[in-house]
This record gives sequence, C-alpha cells and structure tokens, in this order.
Amino acid sequence: MRNVTLILDDGTKFHGQSFGYEAPVAGEVVFNTAMMGYPESLTDPSYAGQLMALTYPLVGNYGVPPFTVGEDGLATFMESDRIYASAIIVSDYSEQYSHWNAVESLADWLKREKVPGITGIDTRELTKVLREHGVMMGKIVFDDEPDNVPEAQYAGVNYVARVSCREVVRYNEGKGLKKVVLVDCGVKNNIIRCLLKRGVEVIRVPWNYDFNDMEFDGLFLANGPGDPDTCVEAVQNIRKFLENERVRPCMGICMGNQLLSKAAGASIYKLKYGHRSHNQPVRMVGTNRCFVTSQNHGYAVDSRTLPADWEPYFVNMNDGSNEGVRHKSRPWFSAQFHPEACSGPVDTEFLFDEFVKLL
Amino acid sequence: MKSIKKVLLLGSGALKIGEAGEFDYSGSQALKALREEGIETILINPNIATVQTSEGVADHIYFLPVTPYFVERVIQREQPDGIMLAFGGQTALNCGVELYRSGVLEKYNLQVLGTPVQAIMDTEDRELFVDKLNEINVKTISSEACENVEQARKAADRLGYPVILRAAYALGGLGSGFCDNEEELNRLAEKAFSFSPQVLVEKSLKGWKEVEYEVVRDRFDNCITVCNMENFDPLGIHTGESIVIAPSQTLTNAEYHKLRELSIRIVRHVGIVGECNVQYAFDPQSEDYRVIEVNARLSRSSALASKATGYPLAFVAAKLGLGYGLFDLKNSVTKTTSAFFEPALDYVVCKIPRWDLGKFRGVDRELGSSMKSVGEVMAIGRTFEEVIQKGLRMIGQGMHGFVDNKEIKIDNVDAALREPTDKRIFVIEKAFAAGYTIDQVHELTKIDRWFLQKLYRIHQTDRELHACTSINVLDNALLRKAKVQGFTDFQIARAVGMENEMDIEKAIMAVRARRKQLGIVPCVKQIDTLAAEYPAQTNYLYLTYSGVAHDIHFENDKRSVVVLGSGAYRIGSSVEFDWCGVQALATIRKEGYRSVMINYNPETVSTDYDMCDRLYFDELTFERVMDILDLECPYGVIVSTGGQIPNNLAMRLDAEHVNLLGTQAKYIDNAEDREKFSAMLNRIGVDQPEWSALTSMDDIQEFIGRVGFPVLVRPSYVLSGAAMNVCSNQDELERFLKLAANVSKKHPVVVSRFLQHAKEVEMDAVAKDGEIIAYAISEHIEFAGVHSGDATIQFPPQKLYVETARRIKKISKQIAKELHISGPFNIQYLARENDIKVIECNLRASRSFPFVSKVLKINLIELATRIMLGLPVEKPAKSLFDLDYVGIKASQFSFNRLQKADPVLGVDMASTGEVGCLGDDSRTALLKAMLSVGHRIPRKNILLSTGNGKQKAEMLAASAMLRDHGYKLFATPGTSRYLTENGIENTLVHWPSEAPQQPQAIDMLHNHEIDLVVNVPKNLSTGELTNGYKIRRAAIDLNVPLITNARLASAFIYAFCTVKPEELEIRSWQEF
Repeated sequence: MRNVTLILDDGTKFHGQSFGYEAPVAGEVVFNTAMMGYPESLTDPSYAGQLMALTYPLVGNYGVPPFTVGEDGLATFMESDRIYASAIIVSDYSEQYSHWNAVESLADWLKREKVPGITGIDTRELTKVLREHGVMMGKIVFDDEPDNVPEAQYAGVNYVARVSCREVVRYNEGKGLKKVVLVDCGVKNNIIRCLLKRGVEVIRVPWNYDFNDMEFDGLFLANGPGDPDTCVEAVQNIRKFLENERVRPCMGICMGNQLLSKAAGASIYKLKYGHRSHNQPVRMVGTNRCFVTSQNHGYAVDSRTLPADWEPYFVNMNDGSNEGVRHKSRPWFSAQFHPEACSGPVDTEFLFDEFVKLL
Repeated sequence: MKSIKKVLLLGSGALKIGEAGEFDYSGSQALKALREEGIETILINPNIATVQTSEGVADHIYFLPVTPYFVERVIQREQPDGIMLAFGGQTALNCGVELYRSGVLEKYNLQVLGTPVQAIMDTEDRELFVDKLNEINVKTISSEACENVEQARKAADRLGYPVILRAAYALGGLGSGFCDNEEELNRLAEKAFSFSPQVLVEKSLKGWKEVEYEVVRDRFDNCITVCNMENFDPLGIHTGESIVIAPSQTLTNAEYHKLRELSIRIVRHVGIVGECNVQYAFDPQSEDYRVIEVNARLSRSSALASKATGYPLAFVAAKLGLGYGLFDLKNSVTKTTSAFFEPALDYVVCKIPRWDLGKFRGVDRELGSSMKSVGEVMAIGRTFEEVIQKGLRMIGQGMHGFVDNKEIKIDNVDAALREPTDKRIFVIEKAFAAGYTIDQVHELTKIDRWFLQKLYRIHQTDRELHACTSINVLDNALLRKAKVQGFTDFQIARAVGMENEMDIEKAIMAVRARRKQLGIVPCVKQIDTLAAEYPAQTNYLYLTYSGVAHDIHFENDKRSVVVLGSGAYRIGSSVEFDWCGVQALATIRKEGYRSVMINYNPETVSTDYDMCDRLYFDELTFERVMDILDLECPYGVIVSTGGQIPNNLAMRLDAEHVNLLGTQAKYIDNAEDREKFSAMLNRIGVDQPEWSALTSMDDIQEFIGRVGFPVLVRPSYVLSGAAMNVCSNQDELERFLKLAANVSKKHPVVVSRFLQHAKEVEMDAVAKDGEIIAYAISEHIEFAGVHSGDATIQFPPQKLYVETARRIKKISKQIAKELHISGPFNIQYLARENDIKVIECNLRASRSFPFVSKVLKINLIELATRIMLGLPVEKPAKSLFDLDYVGIKASQFSFNRLQKADPVLGVDMASTGEVGCLGDDSRTALLKAMLSVGHRIPRKNILLSTGNGKQKAEMLAASAMLRDHGYKLFATPGTSRYLTENGIENTLVHWPSEAPQQPQAIDMLHNHEIDLVVNVPKNLSTGELTNGYKIRRAAIDLNVPLITNARLASAFIYAFCTVKPEELEIRSWQEF
C-alpha cells in the first residue's frame, strides 16, 4: 500500500496508507461517528465534495453488496447509483471481508469508482482537531508524488446542481395513486422507497425545476449536499408553492428542512462541525417524545428567525439546534434528521406515514 | 408516581457461576442514584465482601439471605415505600416474583420501582413470552414447554434432534444443554426438572450468530439501545462462555437496525421501565433471526455494555425506576449532552471469559449452553487483533496473546475445533500453524470468517517476526504493525528468538528500548460515549498503538497515586480485592492525591470511572503498567490491595525504580520466596510445617520417610488437574505424581508435612514500619486441609485458647518487624493445642480483609492506605475482644454448574464466592450464613455417610441431636453400623456398588426423599468414580444440599436444631 498524507488547511498532517483508488484528492473534511453503514454513506449524495472520516476504526468488515436494481428502478442496497463522497478516511481498513451478501471488497469498489480511500489514520485525533477548529478543507497527497497536489472548493459551490437528476423521473406511474413531487437536491434512494412503500406516485424533479404548474397532491423536499444558500431557484419554487391558495401537504428532510425554512423566511447558518452520526437525540418540541436519529448535515436553520406562523418541530437534545420546523396551521413540516435512515435508526419513519395521511 | 422516600434494594448474594461481581456494580450504581435523590436506602445482601455493602453506600445494610422469608421480615421492620428487583440478578428477581405472588408486596403497600412484576413474569415464563412476542410478530425459537420427561421426549421427536433443553426460571442456563439423541435427553431432562418444574425443549440453531442488544426504556415510552454485542463463538455456547465483541463486527447497517428495531418493539410491548437485554440468534446466510431470550433486569451483559460504552446503565435504570424520563438525565461522561442517546464507539471491545476448570477434578471441559466460567475480562483497543491479544493475556492463564504461547498438547485438532472447550482459541492458532485454512477452521468451528481472518493476520505477523533474526534488524514498519496488532514486547522477543541469547526479562527490556528509540509508544485514549464529537469530562482511558496523540494532558506533579487492581475474577481472587482497591482509591482521594486505577475486569466497581480520577482500563502486565507509569509519573504505586497479580509485579517494578508505597519489594520477596521466608522463620525461632523442594522420586521418598504421611504435594509444573494434593499413602503419592506432575530438576515438587486435626487461624493486620497498628484474628470451623478460601470462618474466634491467640499475636509482631511491614498483610497459622506453626505470609491484603473490616467496623484498608501514603495513624481504640457479636463467613460453591466435578473440598480452593453474616452468637450467624449460600433447614430425611472412624465420632453428637429433633436418619453401611452401635436408630441404605440391594441411596435422592446429604470422604485425596463421588454428584445434580466436612456439618446441625428461624435476629449491620 502506498503511503499518503492527509493535510488539513491549518497545516495538521496525518500519515496513512492508500487502499482505494490511487489519486490525490481535496475536499471538505468531515467526520461521521456512525459505527456501520459505509455503503449507504458513500452513496449518499449529501457527501458530495467531502472527504468522509469514520470515527469507528474497523471498516470494510462486511464487504460491499451487489449493485442490483429492484423493481422500483432503484439500487437494492445503495442510496444512489454511485459513490458521491470524494474519499473515505479510516483507521483500520479490513482487507478481508465476510458476508453472505457481499460481492466485492470496499477497496475494489473504491478503485472501480475511482474514489480514494486511506487507512491507518487516527480518526479520533482528526475528529478532535475538526471539533476544535470546525470543519476544514483538506487534501490527500501521495508521499511519492509530493508535487501532485489537488485543489478544491466547497463553500459557495452549488453541489446540489451537481448531484440532482437532470430530468423528471416518475415512479409508480399510472396506478391512480396520489402524486408527490419530490424535489431532488441529491435524494437518497430510501426516501423514494419510503414513499413508494406507502402507495404514492413519486414525480422526481431536478432541484431547480418549477413544479408549480404540475398536477400533484403533495410536495417532498429531499436531502442534498452543500450550502443551501446556493439553491436560490429551489427556494423560489417552494415559496411559490407555499403562496399557492391551494394548500397541499409538504414534507422536507435535511436540505429540504433548510430550503423550506428559507422559503418561509428563516435564515441558515453553518455549524462548526455539523452532525454526522446515527445517535443524534431529538425531542419533539412541547412533548416528552424523544427519538434517536440519523443525521448528515453541516448547516442548520436558525430557529429564532422563523416567522410567527412557523415553529420549531424538533430540537437537538445535545446542542439545542433546530431539528425540524412546521407551520402552525398548515400541513407543512420538515425534519433536519433522516427519518428514512439508511444508514441509521428507523425510529422516525412514522413521519412518512403522517405525510402520506395528509395527502 | 407517589413520592418515594425509602427504598429496599435486593442484592444477589454470594458470587457464583452465572451471577457474579456484575451485580455488585449494578447495585452500587443504583444505590448511588437513589442517594443522589435523597432517598433512604435499605440493602439486603449477605455478600460482605462487596462494595455495595460498605459504609456510606446504603443507609441500612442487612447481611441476610435474599429469600422471601428474610426479605419479608426486613420489609416488616423497615416499612419501605418502594422495592427494586432488577439490580440483584436472578436471585433478586426470583425473590421479588415470589413476594409478588404471595401477596407480600401488596400487603405492605410496596411499590415495585422499574419494570412491573407482570412484565418480568412475561419474559421469564417461556409460554407467556412466546405468546407475547407473537402478538407483535416477533419470531422466537420454536420450543415446547414440558412438565415431565415423557413430554420432553415427545417434544424432541416432533422438533427433531438436535434439541436444546432449558430449565425455566434458572439463572445462567442452569440445567440446560444440548441433546443429540434420546439417551442424552433422558439424562439431561431429569436433571433439569430438579431445578425447575418447567423445562423447555427447543430446536437447536447451532452455528447461527448470537447477537445481543441492551435496551433502555423510560415510562414515557422513549427507548434507546445503548450497545449491541456479537458473540465470537456461534450459537451453542452460552453467552457467558463466549468471547464477545462490541459493537457487532459482521452485521450490515440493515441487519443491525433490523435487530435494533425489533429490540425496541419488544421492550415497548413487554413494558420494561429501566434496562433490558434482548438476545438473538441470527442466520449467517440471510437476515433471518430468532429471539432467544429477554432479561428484564440488569445482567452480566448490561454490566459489560456499561463498561464497553461508558453509559451507566444501572444508574440510569434506577433513575427511570423513580419516574424520570431519559430526557431529564444528562450523559455522565460529557455532563452537557443528554442521556437520551446511543453511544458511538471509536474503539472495539472484547470480553473473554475466565475459566478455572483446572481446579476441579473430573469436570467436563466442553463448553455448551450452561455457564462454567468464573469471571471475565474486557480489552479495549482500536483493532480487533489488539483487543483479542490483550484479552487473552488478561484472563491470566499464562498466555501471552494469540501467539507465542507455551505449546499446548492437542491430540486431535479437528475434534478440539469442533467441540469447544476453554482452550479452543488456542487450538485455532495451532491449526493455522499446522496449515489449516480459514475455510477449514470455519467449517469446524462455525466462527465467522471475519474473526478467523483477523486471527490469521496475527498468525502471519508472527511468522514475519519469526523470520527476523535479531531485534536490531527488525524493520520499523513490522515492529509497529506488531504493536498495532497487540503483540507485547515479550511476544516479539520470543518470536525473534531472543530467549535463546539472553534472559527473557532482559530481552523484553531490549525490545522496549528499541521501540522507544523508534518512537513506537502507545497513546492514551478516552472513552467518551460520543466518539470525540463532544469533550469528555471523565478520565475513562485505555492505551492503543493505533493513534498519534494522547487525549489527556499529564501533569507531572507527583500528586497522583496509582492503585493496581486485581484483574479477572477467578477462584481465589474476586470481589474482596475489588473492595480493597475501591477503599484505597477513596482514601487516596480523601487525602488530596489524584487516584489512578489500572484494572480490566468489567464486573467490578473499581473500574467505574467515577470511583477515581483516572481509570486506565488496561492490562496489568509489567509492560503496560510501565507504559502508564512512564506517562503518569505518579507519586507512588500501591501493589498490596489487588491480590496476587500486582503483588507479583513488585520486584520488577522496583527494579525499574518505581516508588512502591508500603512494604518494600525486597521484603515482599522475602515473604514470597519459600526459601528466604523459611530461613527468616528459623532465624527468629518461629515454627513451620517441615517442607522441602525436591527434584527426584528418591528425594521425595527420603523426605516422607522422615516426616511420614500424609503430605501436601505442590508441583511447580502442573500437567493436568489441580495443582496441589494431599497424599495419605504411597499409592496416592505415586498416582498423583504420575498423573498430575512432572518431577525434574527444572520442575521441583514442594512436599510438606501435613498436620491433621489442626486448627487453622488467620491473622489479618496492618502495620506501620514493622509495628502492628490493627489486627484481626479469625478461626476456621473446619480443620486444616480445607483451603482457607473454602473454609467457614468465624471472627472473632470463639473456640481458640487465649494462649493460642496471644502466641499468634506475638509471632505476627515478630514477623511484621522482621519484614518491615508497612501496609496490609495476612499470616495463616496452624494450631494444635498451643503448638503454633506458620503456613504462609502475604504482604498484601487478603481475601478476608473486607469481612474482618466490616465485622470489626474498622476499615483496615483505609488505615493501610494512610500508612502507605506516609500519613500519621493512631492505633484504633477497640479490638476484636470488645465485640459482643459474631461474624461468620461461609463459602459459596458452584458445583451444580460444573458437570461431573467432584464436589469435595480440599487443599485447592473450589468456592466461587462467600457471604458474611452477623449474629449474637455463632449459631445464629452460622445459620444465616449457611442459608445465604443455598443451604436449607431440612424438613425430615437426612442421608449420612460420615467418613472414617475419627470423623464418624465427630459426627456422633450431631447425629444424636438430629434424632432428638425428630429427623429421620438414613445411613450408608459403615455409618449405619456405627450409629446403631451407638444407639442411634437409622435406616440402612446402600451404596451404588451394592446394587441391586435395596434401598439405594441414589434412588432416594432421585425420588427427592432426602433433604440434606452429609457425605464426608474417608481420606483427603479423591478417587475417581467411587461410591462417595456418585452420591455427592447426585446430590448436586438433583439440587439437594450437601455438606462434606464433619465439623461444618456438626456446627450446622447444632445451629438449626437449637435455633428456630424466627429467633434469627433481623438487625442491620449498623445496629450490631
């Protein structure tokens, strides 16, 4: 294995070995404290442009499942059609794997998809650096090619435009079901699966597509990567939807929560180091109901800026940040966390039931 | 909820296989949580060596049996508002269920805090349980509840062999096992029915993965799973017998969360409030699963999960029992984030059981669905290779890791892989060395390939090291890789062949120097529950080579004191040393030093991160202790409160100029080294039993010719079986030495004269600069020949001559002075008439320190710690002669778990736990103690076989007393004759070898016609399948109380014949 160095923007260096595709790469370095689910995380479009460090040290144990496609046209075991993270950073890559459903090793998959992977990194120490300093840009450089230094930018880049579908895709079409427009900012397959499972037609549209003229019963705002402030067109379309005199239900997830809040008039800020894990506790505001949630976001809604007819729906029990908003009288709500899980706990999947019930 | 002001908590009693130190930890945490709320607490637990029964943990402590009778009497007296049943294992749970069923809880308007009793019953009764889970579409293992052997046979036919039998309401799989055919079923079913009226027959899923989840639920229906764990050994081996990894390693996200969601669904449906454990069988070829069982209480797994994650499950469960929501509580590590969360680990932990099967004669070594291990260890690291190697060292059975161990002899590798024993993991290494592939080993063991792949990597690295010829040419990268994979300096030294060139200790230091020079040193990491996402406020630490930076900052101010812990619980070293360690930590803190603990036993209180300022949950090897001391630079190190493991490190630490607090290392050595100690005793004119270290049979014969039989024989190299034996004649001596020992120049055998009919007396004391400051003399009820750890001990002594006591005190003073003792020590004496001999002397706290400290109400460890810190102390004003009550310590045996082992006591220790009870006289104290370790006052029929002539005579008065109190006596031929000759009517019953003569003793046991068996072996050595063995074993297997010592039997009989249960004092410790 070739030796590599991870260089953070503040100059901190970590030395390790390459086990994935052998090319230098740059991106925003983020940490994820989930203990399993690397195939799901790597194919989550929200990781576009990021070098994903896993704090759980042993990675690759159960290999990689096949890229089969189900009847619904979606990858059976993956969250999209390819790896979106720019690289994966681990402490102890498991060269061999063991699982009945695995067809290749993580290393082989990374190489096939031309995504670098590095091991031997003290990802706990890396996390502490990021925790203290905030997320930073970083580069993976091969020690035997010191002059081959990649460049990248994250802030201000519209990653949503890069990962969104290019044209309208319909699922469960022509069955006379309720129609849900899903704005694809980088949607995870399981959001679509969760909707299809509940018997609705899903009309997946590109992030900036003006769906307002379409015939539909409800609006779904999906997750996606990057800075929500770059998604001006999406916000405009959503605002139009909210202003429409025909009130139809709307649910958002993650980036969808931020876009809905922006459309409502609230503002967004960047968290110091984001929430990327399977163990984020949230409380439904005004109740004793608490949920363990899967999260992956670097930006948050500033609850104080919500207009009077909106209110926080969920709140993070660790740092008090916003975890969802809802309209006080209309059927519009969203969650900052991922009720579709994949990866992570499935405790909040009931939100899909509530959305579908409203249609 | 009504306001709760006074709560009764039930403990788990003596440590036994299946129910050990984890419940001291659980109970201590629960009491801490109650105390924080200002609630008055009452604890019933006869286990006097625990931390929870110490001053300041509970307000009222009762050293009484945890049985409905005694618990009701305490309730009557104390009138609590609430009761907690979930913190004292199966013992407390069963007791609670009985109190509920009999209406006692209702009668005293006692609220059960936490999971309601109905929910407990739903999980404990197999049929209710299956129905309950069927209601929510959760799959269980198809099983049939049977009430007799015939039903069990039919059920097995329907399900198809292999099947597994489980006794309902039994802890740790007692009376459970696999049956491959009808014959095995018949045998096991009979045994199982003696433990439980209901036995379950179920289809065996051998080979499936076994996975557990620890779930917490509050009364608002909020649920979290704190930890999941995967067994290294597939289904078929009890989870207490299995190597366990947390978190799971081979489950995908979908699998992990499928089982997690099921766990939460179950816990909600059952209605748990507090903590609960769900065990699954999981198909290795699909996502199919079965729920094995649900434990509606804190368990061994929950203690492990607490230590593995840093999430204090018992503490939180207690708070939830009081009505809090999880959202009300804070994460106790970060102190800022919520307790409603699921820990994210950034390390891996490995639990390995500790077995002591070598201590038992005839025991079945095969592992199965019933638990046999006596303790466990937990290793923390950042690679699997690191934790498995650490763990294999921690179990303390002479292994250095996965590789580079002394050769083990295996005749048939395939069989040893297929049929798991306590040594299987080492057989895997042997198989690799013999060229077996991972697939072959997988086929034979069904252990997941991932684990085997990782083990194979260790094997490969070891081969690479072996290919090196010298440490100086050892490649930097390889050396680092080896350290990352958990190799010790010892393993590296051995692998590169340094042993041949120099003394191994020198070699180890050379490897150490070399890697330090290359900058290959371990990092200290924190366990923080959130994988570094938030800063931790506690110092729960481990060391790893997979890291580049320490998580903590070292002060270097010489204001910390390191206490070395006691390691895995084992026979001979258990909770008592945890108590000692915890007392030392508390004293260090109180005196303004920072307290630091090094220990790796997840069942302990000393490894609770809030008991000290820094907890290093790591190895107690010389290498690791030095790693820590290099960083910590403490004021000093205490090696005398953790039993033999730290004691054994004293000399080597001293050689590295570590400041050992208390008695100097050279004096520790003078006491440990038999030759030096003997010379010292001769010098000061103190007597000891004659002994000699001998290297040939001729020398042994010559020695015995001089001192005569019986002799105590201690081989230095044990082939199999127990390490020590008493031989009464030539025949036994030859057999023992041939079977068990290897006599050679390299492996001398220590033979000593064995004194019969001598009393054994213990001196536990604390000295300062050679002067005794406080002491406790206690007396064994049994004569010498029963190991002091198995003996029944009374303190203060009741039948010791004043002169004996005075002489013992005088000799102890001399020894303390001679060895310049500063700190705790223990001397064992033999006394016959007023002739006193010293057996041994340990310059450390002994097993009986908590017992004598609590009876005397002087904390000897606190005193010793103050002395070791160099602080002034005063001699306590009171002495043992001032006590107007008696304490009796009785031993708990776990023979019922150790199939085929001969339940007889000898010079090697066999008990797994102990209790200590107080009474106004020795009768009431003894009765309470005996009832606490599972004896029952017999109703009617007693079976006597009272050994040789002298023992028979000893039992005569007791036999007469039994007759006078209306007991019906049954006796085997010799005993029957003797009793008849002495005018005591009895019924003759026959030995098994006398079949078909009737009545047969064994039949009476099988028919449950006998309430107590007194079976005293004729001589001190034990034969194999003798008549006596068969009767003793039948008594154990059929759950009939058994006593094998004439003096103890007499004392017990005297006690229950002269004291009625209602006359037993119900008084708390504080009131004595």
